[in-house]
Amino acid sequence: MPDYVQRPPTEPYRSLNPTTKLAIALTEALVAFVVRGWTGPLVVLAVVLATGLRAGVWRAFLPFLLATLPLIASILLVNTFLYPGATDLIARIGPLAPTWTGLVFATQAALRVIAFAMSVALLGLTTRPDHLIADLERRGMGRRAGFVLGATLRTVPRIGERAREITDAQRARGLDTEGSPWRRARGLVPLAAPLVFGALSEVEEVTMALEARAFSAPARRTPLRSFPDAGWQRALRWTLLALSLLAIAGSVSGALAFLP
Amino acid sequence: MTLQLAAATYRYAGAAGPSLHEIDLELAPGDLLGVVGPNDAGKSTLCLVAAGLAPATIQGQLSGTVTIDGLDTRSARPHELAQRAGILFQNAVTQLSGTSATVWEEIAFGPRNLGLARAEVIERVEEAAARLAIADLCARDPERLSGGQAQLVALASILAMRPAYLLLDEPTSQLDPQGTRLVGEALAGIAARGETGILITEHKTDLLDRLCTSVLVIEEGRIARQGAAAEILADPGLPAAGVEPPARVRLMAAARAAGVELDPEPP
Repeated sequence: MPDYVQRPPTEPYRSLNPTTKLAIALTEALVAFVVRGWTGPLVVLAVVLATGLRAGVWRAFLPFLLATLPLIASILLVNTFLYPGATDLIARIGPLAPTWTGLVFATQAALRVIAFAMSVALLGLTTRPDHLIADLERRGMGRRAGFVLGATLRTVPRIGERAREITDAQRARGLDTEGSPWRRARGLVPLAAPLVFGALSEVEEVTMALEARAFSAPARRTPLRSFPDAGWQRALRWTLLALSLLAIAGSVSGALAFLP
Repeated sequence: MTLQLAAATYRYAGAAGPSLHEIDLELAPGDLLGVVGPNDAGKSTLCLVAAGLAPATIQGQLSGTVTIDGLDTRSARPHELAQRAGILFQNAVTQLSGTSATVWEEIAFGPRNLGLARAEVIERVEEAAARLAIADLCARDPERLSGGQAQLVALASILAMRPAYLLLDEPTSQLDPQGTRLVGEALAGIAARGETGILITEHKTDLLDRLCTSVLVIEEGRIARQGAAAEILADPGLPAAGVEPPARVRLMAAARAAGVELDPEPP
């Protein structure tokens, strides 16, 4: 087997078993949303940023952070200005009445979104999709589920490339995709149709190409590589599961209400 | 041991009429059969039916019989057929699994699906890559290849299934001259071994002129002419059937019109 297929990572966090990294990401995302107040999102953000720094990927967090900006902006605006029942005004700006309660709630919600996005980003930046799928398949995940997961992860950048190609083609035929938000929004229509219909028209050929390579064969897929899975990693995954269940139980029962 | 179509008539699901009518055809290992015809003549359908993908995967109605080494395609499961007849489509991009990080893993996709031992997967991948002289591409990302390279990887992925027959549906239609040359040379290398029966549909008759021993012309889903490649490709009726004769034939005709006789043997 060539080295470039084996590719054992050397950095400690990257060299964790892919399923352990998935379990960490899922636990972080869950804690960020389930543990109320500031504690959940801030603890998760601290852990994720420290891990990202240690793994040398913290600079790559920026695009993921930028991707959350539209959602963050809408959360901040809606909650700060329209929080139901809040009376502690920050200021009155004409008909607008931002409140401290709304701002606090919005900031906490925004931090949850950022913590969630960063935990997913950390997984994506330290784990190759094919490694994760291979390890999940080894643990019994079905071939089709693995394919859908893998194809989805690899399709996202391809869709971006295709969208750029279609945009260039539409621009070459005079479509105006620059300027005001309204003009940009109008430009989405001629972009979306070829993107969606193009993808759909390929489905049949992709299906046939997969069948031509025995995709539906009943045999278990041959694993190409194995990933280290020491006893302490298995223990860590069980601990994370227990922690997640405790966080849910604590949140539902109100036992975590003392946290800031 | 042949791939055989006997009175094969196929109609796509929802279509008003058949796209193939009463096709009789036989392909043995070592044969190199070219198929030409205008657009919508039924060339791609012929490949799908011969590979057993139609009707197994895309439904439709098939009458007559299609057998691959005696196995009726209607009673076989797709993965059983995949090991007997490999099919290559026009668009290289849709043939890549989209899940592999390297070309090596892309070629291994099919053998891995069969659940073969790891050692055999490795052997098949390396043999397929060596046969097409693409070992230097194996470490590359399959999404970052030129059209010709991607088509060679798709072909290697099919070869790794070790089929006795290859059905190639306009494999160079989206390729530039360099890509066409790469694929043409690869096919010539496979053909030279004489172990694989190859059916290739093409508009580029120069490629068929170089590769094929026999050619059939398909029009409106029916076989209109069939015979030795040199004879069929030199048929003066070919342009009327929507097929441009190869450059060699056109040159001969032009020379003849100018009163010059050239050696009619293909190079």
